[in-house]
Amino acid sequence: MNRSATTPTPKAAADTPHHWAIDEPDFLPGLKRGDPEAFELLVREQTPRLLALTRRLLGQDQDAADALQDAFIQVFRGIDGFAGDARLSTWIHRITINAALMKLRKAGRRNEVSIESLLPVFDAGGGPPSTGVVPWRNPEEVTDIAQRREMKRKVRQLIDQLPDNYRTVLILRDIEELDTRETAKLLDLPPGAVKTRLHRARLALRAILAPLFERGDL
Amino acid sequence: MNCKEFIDFMGAYLDDDLPRPQREAFEQKLAECDYCRHFLETYRQAVAVGKKCHNCEEDGQTLNDQVPEDLIQAILHARTRAE
Repeated sequence: MNRSATTPTPKAAADTPHHWAIDEPDFLPGLKRGDPEAFELLVREQTPRLLALTRRLLGQDQDAADALQDAFIQVFRGIDGFAGDARLSTWIHRITINAALMKLRKAGRRNEVSIESLLPVFDAGGGPPSTGVVPWRNPEEVTDIAQRREMKRKVRQLIDQLPDNYRTVLILRDIEELDTRETAKLLDLPPGAVKTRLHRARLALRAILAPLFERGDL
Repeated sequence: MNCKEFIDFMGAYLDDDLPRPQREAFEQKLAECDYCRHFLETYRQAVAVGKKCHNCEEDGQTLNDQVPEDLIQAILHARTRAE
């Protein structure tokens, strides 16, 4: 793509999942002017991470691409009114999450496992189950195993089987690194419900990962 | 505090949301109970693995390879229609 003199070159990316390569103060005027090259740069810069986000929430199918397209249309339409009181990247990130959540609510889901079956069980006095402790590999081994590409895919597939209302909280809080308040707002839930769901989702995550990391399994 | 209560309180403990008396009871249980100590450690590991398996930066090249050009073009055309 040829960049005009008024379209800045992206600079270094920041360190959170939704802070991207674009230097916003220089970049925003081009977007507000409707500069097609600025929009194309924005789309090409942001699409990899935003598509990864919509795929996390919606899976690999067409819904993820459609949600991203819906999000960019909202960005195009709303950029004039963007006041700059948040980072541009944060604003676009939230719009994309909302677009994906809208699709998710419309589509419904399939292949979910019951969350109850993944929560820990105790004896009548609240003590540990009779099976006791099954040790995991040491943390360094777990980290090494989790770096394998095939293992990453497998873990993502397992997480994808969690019920939507838990999976979305897990993704927004732990993967997208939104805080409780932002997550509650996006999901229209009280903050306490977000905390409870996150804890149960993490318990379920631990349960579905255990067979991969318990000693002697690999 | 029994093991069930320990696990119920674990999220609040990690968020630093537990009032002091419960925090002290939680930490005492953590010091005494192998099951709870193991559970907390593996809970933390599971959260870390979940994050690692979605790490965009590590998979940056893969992500870029997986963006279809026709999607980019569809978005750019949608912008023209949205104007």
